[in-house]
Amino acid sequence: MRLPEGFPFTSRYRILKRRLHPITKEFGLTLYVLRKSTLAVIGALLVGMFLFLAIFGSRVAPYDPYEVKIKERFIPPSKAHWFGTDKMGRDVLSRMLFGARYSIRAGLIVLVIAVPIGVLLGGIAGLFGGWRDEVIMRFTDVFLAFPSLILAMSFSAALGPSLFNAMIALSIVWWPMYTRLIRGQALSVRETDYVEAARSRGAGNWYLVRRHILPNCLSPILVTLTLDMGWIITATAALSFLGFGAQPPLPEWGRMVSDGRIYLMQAWWVSVFPGLGIAMTVLGFNLLGDGIRDALDPKLRRITEVKWKQRTFS
Amino acid sequence: MSTNLIECKALTKHFLIKSFFREIGKVHAVEQVDLAIPEGQTVGLVGESGCGKTTLARTILALISPTSGEIYFNGKDISKFSKKELKAFRKDTAIVFQDPYSSLDPRMLIADVVGEPLSIHGIAHGEDRDDLVLNLLEKVGLKVEHLYRYPHEFSGGQRQRLAIARALAADPVFILLDEATSALDVSVQAKILNMLNRLKKELNLTYLFISHNLDVIRHLSDIIGVMYLGKIVEQGSREQVFDAPLHPYTQGLLSASPSLDPDARSRTRDVVLKGEVPSAINPPPGCRFHTRCPSMRPICAKKPPKLKDIEGGHLVSCHFAGCV
Amino acid sequence: METANVLLAVENLKTQFFTYGGVVEALDEVSFGIIEGEVFGLVGESGCGKSVTASSILGLVQKPGKVISGRVLLDGDDLLQKTEKEMNAIRGSRISIIFQDPTSSLNPLFKIGYQVAEPYIYHQGKAKKAASNEAVSILKQTGLPDPRDKAKNYPHELSGGMRQRAMIAMALTCEPDLLIADEPTTNLDVTIERQILNLVKDLQEEFGTSVLWITHDLGVIAQICDRVAVMYAGSIVEQADVRTVFRSPKHPYTQKLLRAIPAADSAGENLEEIPGSVPRLINPPSGCRFHPRCDHATSVCSEKKPIELEVSPGHTVACHLF
Repeated sequence: MRLPEGFPFTSRYRILKRRLHPITKEFGLTLYVLRKSTLAVIGALLVGMFLFLAIFGSRVAPYDPYEVKIKERFIPPSKAHWFGTDKMGRDVLSRMLFGARYSIRAGLIVLVIAVPIGVLLGGIAGLFGGWRDEVIMRFTDVFLAFPSLILAMSFSAALGPSLFNAMIALSIVWWPMYTRLIRGQALSVRETDYVEAARSRGAGNWYLVRRHILPNCLSPILVTLTLDMGWIITATAALSFLGFGAQPPLPEWGRMVSDGRIYLMQAWWVSVFPGLGIAMTVLGFNLLGDGIRDALDPKLRRITEVKWKQRTFS
Repeated sequence: MSTNLIECKALTKHFLIKSFFREIGKVHAVEQVDLAIPEGQTVGLVGESGCGKTTLARTILALISPTSGEIYFNGKDISKFSKKELKAFRKDTAIVFQDPYSSLDPRMLIADVVGEPLSIHGIAHGEDRDDLVLNLLEKVGLKVEHLYRYPHEFSGGQRQRLAIARALAADPVFILLDEATSALDVSVQAKILNMLNRLKKELNLTYLFISHNLDVIRHLSDIIGVMYLGKIVEQGSREQVFDAPLHPYTQGLLSASPSLDPDARSRTRDVVLKGEVPSAINPPPGCRFHTRCPSMRPICAKKPPKLKDIEGGHLVSCHFAGCV
Repeated sequence: METANVLLAVENLKTQFFTYGGVVEALDEVSFGIIEGEVFGLVGESGCGKSVTASSILGLVQKPGKVISGRVLLDGDDLLQKTEKEMNAIRGSRISIIFQDPTSSLNPLFKIGYQVAEPYIYHQGKAKKAASNEAVSILKQTGLPDPRDKAKNYPHELSGGMRQRAMIAMALTCEPDLLIADEPTTNLDVTIERQILNLVKDLQEEFGTSVLWITHDLGVIAQICDRVAVMYAGSIVEQADVRTVFRSPKHPYTQKLLRAIPAADSAGENLEEIPGSVPRLINPPSGCRFHPRCDHATSVCSEKKPIELEVSPGHTVACHLF
């Protein structure tokens, strides 16, 4: 077929670039809307700081987090030890810098396990309906009936206390939420006109899932993921605090809070700084998650898009 | 006599109402419908909400499986199609929906949306497919620069054109238009209707146009079917149905429809149908229309009338057709 | 507008919305008058500003919208100058409004008998028992079958047509001087719509209420209105009694609009197409807002906005051709 005269693009590479353009534009718009919200920016900064610490913390730490120096125990926050030292004389700041990675590792592992299971089961339940839906949802209900932390504690206890086992326990507790989420999305997308149109032109189930249902489920998943990171970090810290998760001498933040609990009156810094760390991180993820949710909201995008377009051309 | 592209015989669809896996009721959506759609013609299906026209349309396209009855496409029974034949049937048929805002996947670029049927049937992929999509866009009056954009950047009328372009991909012979212009402004509707007429002649298409708007149906259709509560109560050519309606429901519908003539006011008080459309779960016995019929007689509540050819292809389902 | 008994006079109403993306000039100096006892139609396509007109009259324009200038005179009294408390006393008793979707306008938590009785209690200070009896009697007048039983129903238990009747009943309880109807029959089936149209006409004649009927459906206008104003992109382009508008429209937009509707004899032929599309109201076209799409546009059309001129008694057009 001959392309019309003066057609703007002729080579495969340029066609690819042309296809990418609207996708990058959409992404740019998302970033713009995010930038406009002060809270989202604060959230992003907090999360960014946390990620930086998690990855590079060990290199920046001034002291060895494991070295025991009984002589230097319970030094209050000072120039030498910004966050003071704990009952073993270990620098609290250094321990926190080393410990950040455990929290993030926990979050990632739980999500990497829970999300695919949730998507798979929720997708089957939502797409096919019928008995598959009933069976999967009742199975999911069983897990949802228990308070999540208690359930995680029981699994943890059964598996034996360790950070790794705590992560497994949390994964088991977390997947039902994603199943519910994906099922709802799949159900609503399944009923849309564009899916029916595709079906009327001969699309098979696998094609529908791949090209229509999954892409339309992505944004709620992304939002929930970000918000969930905060929750998982809290839950891991809670489990460690209770003794089910990280075991000493691991500098996991929840564990650190627990370790300093008895000395709260004399040496408050041992618990308070890790606690603040957890709070700030969770706050960051929550703000960022809210910001992403707003940025992906079609109405808000449309209103902000006009301003964005003006900006790029002025 | 042109051949019938699509023919339904005694098509019936009941939806079961379930409670805890037990059936407690049935929605009699479509009841014993005979409909023939000749090749190259536009058949208009008109009726109010709940009359079953949407269900009938979906069943014809094999998106819903009928409870009983047969549907023939080019003489072959759809229910007996092999997988390959069904896929070919899907290539030959297309549907255009009412709502232009939900009928295009918001996450897909236009090129992918319109080119979807081409991909599904393996007609063309990648660059070649985009070339064909350009062709289609030109046919529906859209500019080529729009190829790689998202649906939300277009207006309602433009989106409906995109939906039509998608319907035209893969060269169908039959297009089902389910209230395709009902959500559009009058001026936009005019353009789309003109375009549909032009495309029909250019590409030799057959249309089934569903609407509740009598003016649009009259403008577009060659043959018209009037549906009420799951049954076709009157069927015929444009002149037969609109100029000489025989069924009381058709008469009521025509007089209820607001005409553009301010002086026609006094006349329109004539046949005002009272009451509301009964539920399809428990349709009235006998003739389903008898509860609202101004010319109801005792037999109407007992015996359901059959669709009879009164004269020259004008079919009416009423005990007293032609006598009122 | 020269007759003595003009009930509602809208003069140069200007409403704008200050959004993130810019200023939406929704109404651009809209002027019209409704005579006592008549049915006045406001017709236009989507986005032309007809619903904004209704909310501007009632002082219900929400942020980021604002009525910039103009006057709305109800019996000589400017509604735009009133306080919220004064407007509350007027809404529901002197001016009532019924909407397109009765489902969202009726509170799903209260029985309709209670909702219809509410205006009696609030505006007329009637006692509960007396109010509910009045409610049943007015529901009966709207043709609702078994009104006493239906009054005990919740909105979702009734059909669309019945809900609309309940809405009409609610609007007419205090015998308002003006009833504003914003697309009330758009979502209804044609046969039910016909019933509602007849009902409103009957009630209007009986109570002597003036009606402002807003719709995009020209057929409904032809059937129920005495006078009509045609709106396009925030301005009124033509105003006349209903026969004149349909028989001899003078504004190019009105003419084209009428020819774009499929009619009894249009089968198989092409309908009139208006080139281009409805403009966005953020940066509307200069001068006459219709000029980019008009066949007869001249240079003055893009520079100056046309004023409404009377081309024959009672018939005004806003176009430079006159």
